[in-house]
Amino acid sequence: MSGASISAEPPSGAAPPAQRARDWRSYAVAFAFLAPTLFFLGIWIVYPTIRTIIRSFFDRSGDRFVGFDNYQTIFTSDVLLTAVKNNAIWVLVVPALVTAIGLIFAVLTERIAWSVAFKTAVFMPMAISAFAAGVTWRIMYQQDPDQGAVNAGIAAVKDVVAPPGVLSEAAPSTEAVVGTPQGGLTFAEPVEPGAVVPLGLTRIPGDEVPDDSEQAVLPEALSAGITGVVWRDFKPGGGTPGEVESEEVGLPGVTVELLNADGGEVASTSTEPDGTFAFDDLEPGSYEVAIGAKTFAQPFNGVSWLGPRLITPSIIIAYLWIWAGFSMVIIAAGLAAIPRDVLAAARTDGASEWQVFRRVTVPLLAPVLTVVFITMLINVLKVFDIVIAVAPGSVQDDASVLALAMWRTAFGGTSNLGVGSAIAVFIFVLVVPLLLLNVRRFRREM
Amino acid sequence: MATAEAVQEQQIRRERARGRFLRRLGRSPLHVLLVVLGLLWLVPTIGLFLTSLLSAEDYLEGGWWQVFSEPSKFTLENYSAIFDNEVITSSLVTTIWIAVGGTLLPVFVGALAGYAFAWLEFPGRDWLFVVVIALLVVPLQMALIPMFRLYETFRINDTVFALVLFHTAFGLPFAIFLLRNFFIGIPKELLEAARIDGASEFRIFFRVILPLGLPAIAALAIFQFLWTWNDLLVALVFGRETQPITVAIYRQLAQFGANIEIIAPATFVSLVIPLTVFFAFQRYFVQGLLAGSVK
Repeated sequence: MSGASISAEPPSGAAPPAQRARDWRSYAVAFAFLAPTLFFLGIWIVYPTIRTIIRSFFDRSGDRFVGFDNYQTIFTSDVLLTAVKNNAIWVLVVPALVTAIGLIFAVLTERIAWSVAFKTAVFMPMAISAFAAGVTWRIMYQQDPDQGAVNAGIAAVKDVVAPPGVLSEAAPSTEAVVGTPQGGLTFAEPVEPGAVVPLGLTRIPGDEVPDDSEQAVLPEALSAGITGVVWRDFKPGGGTPGEVESEEVGLPGVTVELLNADGGEVASTSTEPDGTFAFDDLEPGSYEVAIGAKTFAQPFNGVSWLGPRLITPSIIIAYLWIWAGFSMVIIAAGLAAIPRDVLAAARTDGASEWQVFRRVTVPLLAPVLTVVFITMLINVLKVFDIVIAVAPGSVQDDASVLALAMWRTAFGGTSNLGVGSAIAVFIFVLVVPLLLLNVRRFRREM
Repeated sequence: MATAEAVQEQQIRRERARGRFLRRLGRSPLHVLLVVLGLLWLVPTIGLFLTSLLSAEDYLEGGWWQVFSEPSKFTLENYSAIFDNEVITSSLVTTIWIAVGGTLLPVFVGALAGYAFAWLEFPGRDWLFVVVIALLVVPLQMALIPMFRLYETFRINDTVFALVLFHTAFGLPFAIFLLRNFFIGIPKELLEAARIDGASEFRIFFRVILPLGLPAIAALAIFQFLWTWNDLLVALVFGRETQPITVAIYRQLAQFGANIEIIAPATFVSLVIPLTVFFAFQRYFVQGLLAGSVK
């Protein structure tokens, strides 16, 4: 009772002067705490935001009001339209991929004892600047397989699956052989079983003659087969073209194809160290013998990751490398919060692991997945550093995104502050609803 | 005899354990997959590091993986060269100033405001807090053009000071959001006891709030530090001579390839500090990340 009377409202009318003074003093203290914040937010955020919005309706010089012309320019200028389209690709692809990869990693590592090591490795790129990560990937993406690790990896796989040909170029030594290396070199005359086919080649770079090649030999004829030799028809100091002579070496590993009269492939073989080859057990008839184009298959020269066509996918891969860890950590935290007994109950009821994942885990994770997805949408709308780091100057037009276009328009060589402001406002308008959504969701959870 | 048996037994046990480990690894493709993925994730960073240890000629000839077959190609010359490079060293110093200033100032200013929003009574408090949070939505692109003009007017373009102020302003909404929400969880009794003892609000702030709010302040500071250290765009706009390491490297990129012996070590140096911070404060980092997923 006594407590109530002490804190009771003062009698009707104005507050006692003493309390009013106390109030004012405490407001003054509060203001002192807030003044630096108001100074910074007012000058660096509120004022420029208003200025930029106004500026976006004026022309390059800032004197003439042009309405929505600057906004129209975003969608009519080729360079800017490319940026809009690229950013649309980013928006459609990246948030979904980042969320999916994070979900997969989080679920896979959930019951792994050493998951901390894995998570640290995947999360580490988050600490690095997007710019440094971009430079790192630019080194990875160098086209020469002797410099770029990505192409080196592809080359290693490709050499196993489809090895490069033994020769890079050659020409027929006589008119008995016709064609080109790329289209296939064919023995001009049709042959029948029993024939011996000499396929002489010249103009082979000296260092390309395989190490295991031996003195070329013209093989014996077979009654029901076709034999022959592929050799380097070149002898220092002369010799007769079209004849296998001493000091002329066979070309091993050359693919020789046997074609029927219609040009269909009947058989294919590879030459011996002395250059000989043989097709046995053939039906009587007319055949053609050719050196397959495979012999001259070019070595892998590298995918042009940094070229205009692939640049955006390349940058996106680097971006996924950075953000997968973020998504994984957030989703793993959500996963850890799911009550174990819910999952156990589903399993007891006979649900398969996939069903548990699909019907229990994912729905329970939906709020977390949404936060990651929306956060990534916002990030993707503002992506800048990594694009400028990965894309070489010559393809930055092809790789451009909104934030990059804004910077280049406003601060590049031909500075246009009107259009630059319009792009900034455009980003702003796209980001606002997403951020409001995220903040609201976050506050509800707290 | 007994000891020999013990040794033998121990050996057998060890072999069994190893066998178990290998068996489990072989039995579960998941482990293998994760090992491969984890290693794959490390490749770019390791590749950058190894590139930075190769002379330009060696790199152009055969890529960084050649150091596995020819470890003698390792050289620290690139590093001694960039630490003799005036542009790189001065840009590192600039980066440190920007990051330290751009961390301390917003954390301090944000803590003041966070306390006011959490524990001081004044009219319009909740309304003002919503406005501050709403400023989170403003992308910094909105401020670049007018601030460039304003800085020009006040002749502070191209100074560390200008960059620190910009980072402070754009770090504040998140800082206030995070700290206010943390401070409000501090037990009311502690504050009231201090007030009854006649402590001023400033004394309470320094003696009670800052020490108790340390976990949140640390998480925020780590984030703000990484954010300012890693910034490229802001420095690119407001700096000419004043360039942090990111801008210095960016200006090298135009001749990419010819100067790999500068780009690779400089980039690696630029990420050593953030990586150290990350490994040292991993726990705070993840916490801050969870709280910061609104930013």
